[in-house]
Amino acid sequence: DDKLLTEPLSHPDFFSVKELFTLKDLFDARVHLGHKKGCRHRFMEPYIFGCRLDQDIIDLDQTMQHLQLALNFTAHVAYRGGIILFVSRKRQFCHLVESTARACGEYAHTRYWQGGLLTNANVQFGPGVRLPDLLIFLSTLNNVFEPHVAIRDAAKMNIPTVGVVDTNCNPCLITYPIPGNDDSPAAVEFYCKLFRMTIIRAKDKRRQSEAIEELR
Amino acid sequence: TLRLICTTTAAQRKNVGASGPEKYTEAFIKKQIEEFNLGKRHLANMMGEDPETFTQEDIDRAIAYLFPSGLFDKQARPMMKHPTEVFPEQRKVQWGEDGRPFHFLFYTGKQSYYSLMHETYEKLLNVQKHQDQMIAQDLPLQKEKRNLAGSRWLTKIELEEMLLEKVSDDDYSRFIQLLEKLVALPCADIEEKYIQKFSKEVPVQLQKVVIEPLQYDERGVAFSTGEGKRKTARATAVVYDNGTGKVTVNGIDVLHYFPVLQDREQLLFPFQFLGRIGKHDMVCTVSGGGRSAQAGAIRLASARALSSFVTEKEVEFMRQAGLLTVDPRVKERKKPGQEGPRRKFTWKKR
Repeated sequence: DDKLLTEPLSHPDFFSVKELFTLKDLFDARVHLGHKKGCRHRFMEPYIFGCRLDQDIIDLDQTMQHLQLALNFTAHVAYRGGIILFVSRKRQFCHLVESTARACGEYAHTRYWQGGLLTNANVQFGPGVRLPDLLIFLSTLNNVFEPHVAIRDAAKMNIPTVGVVDTNCNPCLITYPIPGNDDSPAAVEFYCKLFRMTIIRAKDKRRQSEAIEELR
Repeated sequence: TLRLICTTTAAQRKNVGASGPEKYTEAFIKKQIEEFNLGKRHLANMMGEDPETFTQEDIDRAIAYLFPSGLFDKQARPMMKHPTEVFPEQRKVQWGEDGRPFHFLFYTGKQSYYSLMHETYEKLLNVQKHQDQMIAQDLPLQKEKRNLAGSRWLTKIELEEMLLEKVSDDDYSRFIQLLEKLVALPCADIEEKYIQKFSKEVPVQLQKVVIEPLQYDERGVAFSTGEGKRKTARATAVVYDNGTGKVTVNGIDVLHYFPVLQDREQLLFPFQFLGRIGKHDMVCTVSGGGRSAQAGAIRLASARALSSFVTEKEVEFMRQAGLLTVDPRVKERKKPGQEGPRRKFTWKKR
């Protein structure tokens, strides 16, 4: 059992996450498109490649690195049987995100976030709830264009976060930010596909390793 | 360093309200069911009946016999029912041994409501996709008119019962809006089965009204009887066909019995409504009440009698006009401490 958990940590890319996407895929999915110069957040400036006709373009090389780290991390969490919660407050993609979560066997929350969900979980759900081990934000802003409450709550409860940050978002409290577009349907479908593939791959590998261990 | 945590006596007391409404564990309900079955056998033994074939009706009769109660409210009297009827249905624990919740929307808080919204939205997308396919193939879009008058959506309370969790007014209205949107699309017939889960038939009121068939006299004249009441007056009316519009009350002509115009207008109203003033004869008997009450009673009786002469549509019109409804107003009782039903005694400042 110990070997099962320590073995993946020795490899830098145990789940071969790098093969899932290329820079061309990111470009075709319009991940590099940001908002206009006026919406730019100060802390997103290091991630921006440049500005054309007032529209910010996100640096896809940095996005590649961040995406690899994030996908690797989610794969490790899924391998260890952790609870993953997909969060997004975009009404367009609410159905898509929920279907992705259901396909992975993980959980989703694309509705109104009640205040004490993470911080007051014992009272809201019942004693002995297990909180999510990873939060994945497909969009870090809520419907009023302010940072989602869940980022702050996850930081309070020591839950790691992975989030797609657009040029108008604050990447501060997110553990694994992924600078990229969160508004186009193509980009969001691409992210959903990537997360779904990593999680399913990690779970399959876990089942294989357990089967091999049992055979011994 | 030592940390002294001092709690006051108030904090040491158990906060009864914090744990929420009483939660019944599975073991508790099982025990209650066992006790109920045992008690049922004891009761059958006491009544001298066979314990094996002792039904719920027998239990109710036995309890009513052994514990007679004069209380007005039926639900306040002693009763012995199966625990599943007594204890409200509650949700069991939502997560498995490893802590992972069963439902994928568990962390939203309102999992059944949001999963319902998710499913309904999926049906909407399906219908839109189907519509696009039909347009691409240039096929005509079916439009069978759904009977809107005969059905209604589930009420908020019924939805709460279905989902086993509280639904707020906003959530309920959003759900109904989504359903309306789904129904409004042209190809919604595909999801008809799903929609029927949330719509209920409204029984047409007219079916409760019983229309008597026409009876025939010795001379071959058609007639029909009706009964009516208003306040304390009771009336029976016999309406004859091929008449001149003559009305007799208790053997006395209507002009002599009801000198006031208002009462005679009340009698004429059903006939005037159907446009049959000079075509029918009427003989009625009335007792009790005052002049206005007797007039109202005869009006109801004659309307009921006329409904057998007339088509069903016109009966529906009469019902909507209020001619066939019994007027429920009666004299309100006087209360102690007051001079009349509503009037209080004169208030004196000193």
